[in-house]
Amino acid sequence: MVDVARFDHDDASVVVIVGTGSGGGVLANELAQKGVKVVALEAGGRYLPDDYINDEWDSFAQLSWGDMRTTSGDWRVARDFANLPAWIVKAVGGTSIHWAGASLRFQEHEFKARTTYGNVDGANLLDWPITLSDLEPYYDLAEKKLGVTRTNDWPGLPGNNNYLVLEKGAKAVGYSKVSTGHMAINSVEYDERPACQQTGFCFQGCKFGAKWSSAYTDIPRGEATGNLEVRDRCHATRIEHDDDGRVTGVRYIDADGTEQFQQARIVAVAGNSIESPRLLLASASERFPDGLANSSGQVGRNYMRHMTGSVYGIFERPVRMWRGTTMAGIVQDEAHHDADRGFVGGYELETLSLGIPFMAAFMDPGGWGRAFTSAMEGYENMAGMWIVGEDLPQETNRVTLNRSSLDQYGLPVPDVHYTDHPNDIAMRNHAYAVGDRIYRAAGATRVMPTPPYPSTHNLGTNRMSENPRDGVVNKWGQSHDVPNLFVSDGSQFTTSAAENPTLTIVALAIRQAEFIAAEMEKGAL
Amino acid sequence: MNDTDISPSGPAVRGLTRRGLLARGFAAGAALVVGAGFVAARDAAWALETTALKPETMATLIQMARDIYPHDRIPDRFYAVAVKGYDSADSAELIEQGVAALNQLAQSRGFDSYLAAGWEADRVEMLRMIEHGPFFQTIRAGLVTGLYNQKEVWPVFGYEGESFSKGGYIDRGFNDIDWL
Repeated sequence: MVDVARFDHDDASVVVIVGTGSGGGVLANELAQKGVKVVALEAGGRYLPDDYINDEWDSFAQLSWGDMRTTSGDWRVARDFANLPAWIVKAVGGTSIHWAGASLRFQEHEFKARTTYGNVDGANLLDWPITLSDLEPYYDLAEKKLGVTRTNDWPGLPGNNNYLVLEKGAKAVGYSKVSTGHMAINSVEYDERPACQQTGFCFQGCKFGAKWSSAYTDIPRGEATGNLEVRDRCHATRIEHDDDGRVTGVRYIDADGTEQFQQARIVAVAGNSIESPRLLLASASERFPDGLANSSGQVGRNYMRHMTGSVYGIFERPVRMWRGTTMAGIVQDEAHHDADRGFVGGYELETLSLGIPFMAAFMDPGGWGRAFTSAMEGYENMAGMWIVGEDLPQETNRVTLNRSSLDQYGLPVPDVHYTDHPNDIAMRNHAYAVGDRIYRAAGATRVMPTPPYPSTHNLGTNRMSENPRDGVVNKWGQSHDVPNLFVSDGSQFTTSAAENPTLTIVALAIRQAEFIAAEMEKGAL
Repeated sequence: MNDTDISPSGPAVRGLTRRGLLARGFAAGAALVVGAGFVAARDAAWALETTALKPETMATLIQMARDIYPHDRIPDRFYAVAVKGYDSADSAELIEQGVAALNQLAQSRGFDSYLAAGWEADRVEMLRMIEHGPFFQTIRAGLVTGLYNQKEVWPVFGYEGESFSKGGYIDRGFNDIDWL
């Protein structure tokens, strides 16, 4: 085994990456494989499959990003989970430990949201500076890296009970794009990872490692090159720059609580869509008074979290939805754009199950009494689906620094403000009605809509744009203002599309690594 | 609050027979017995000692817990486990005040106390009147984990929990639905 690299704090030749999830972790490994020296700063600790806990609250305590955050806006999360806007992970591997594995390519029109949907009142729509065909080669690479089922001749996963109910109902109402989906969960042994054992608890980290996560793939492989040093429990607090406006390194608090400064040739920010803009805003200086990379004023704005919601159906006889893959199947018939439905964009329906502890917390937050408990008592006979659809970027939905609330380091916490656009509400109501139809067609005696959970898909707060006026980074994820500063996570998404974001984050990271390495080779960076 | 050790353990209730326990306590509501420093089941199947809270207060919390999340197949002792954490110096004041206010509300409606309102419908009506207040919200929110995160109640819902230790559900019925 190769000795893991150790770089000096004053080594200004390294690329510093903040975050090690599906964006930062993949970028770190891809660069390391190309011989680029990388220091990755990760706020969380290191947990591997043996460490993961198949118990919802214990796992939540182990892995979740629980640092103080505040919320505002009309979304119900601000009322029910005021300090938990997002359910994401603080660990080496980031939220790739928690994700369910759904790996869908964006649709062509979704890269052209402004052109396709037109001018929607209240929305800050923009076309991506790249197209589907730009990204297709990288989707190919990402699918191979992740081992996505139904690509590259890998079979689909077998459907569990929850899926079989969804399939029955969906086909009965006339849907045809119904399958066990494209999943980054091995259906056959691949890449030194076993096939899925239908364990459930996909959200708590896959103890078999059948689901892809950068925690136990890209990270150790990058380290094995001798070019990657991952510093865990190191919380980035500020990016510094020189008189020319180029970034020079990252300040962080290390595991012992000591402030450190790591010099850098290039800095890439990949801390998810709440921490990434927070770091740029917190890096304001005399030269950049509104925050780093923020000449457009768009840092932190256009926060998207997907139009979501869930539908649970209760049947006469047992379903036992918790057995097996959490996201076990998908209906894609409503994923297209068709303004005749009363909204722009589309949505996916994906099975979802929660255990009793999380069902109690999320089924109807704040709910009580016999209406609540009789639904809980239907748990064994319950099937569940999650709605995930395109939500519209709005300038006023944003991450800001809340100076009246400080975190454990004495720094302003991020405030996450979100209010549904009328388009989001119309789409959600459409999806609730479809979910109801599907489960009733499969024989449900009771169907319940469930409000959105704390956000798992956090997007758009450092968005890509062709014109520097409209966004934060260019088509390579490179800051319009600061050439050696990159954004490498879902915050660079121009729009949210209907699909789960991880595959696209990975594809963009692979593409960005190629760009950075080539620019370094040319001496341009 | 996963500790289910609520069987008689301290000097106040240890070793008491049903008869002895009933002799030292008085009925509180339909199902509970309250005595000096303890709350117990009518049949003495379990007892819970209190130190910071009045035992009547603990009995009220247990009844309130059931009224908030009524599961007829879940015995009282699980509700007792779910609220016993409030028997601490830190939370005693909020709880005693909250229960006192609830009892006042009950008295204004012609009952001797919340517990003395014998029908669930009457008690739930009172809870509806305080459901937006901090006392109710604290109790309700605490129950979400205090009750439903007790592994011992999961079988009531049919929930099997983890399967990793048994090799996953791949050979344990992940796709065994037979009625579709």
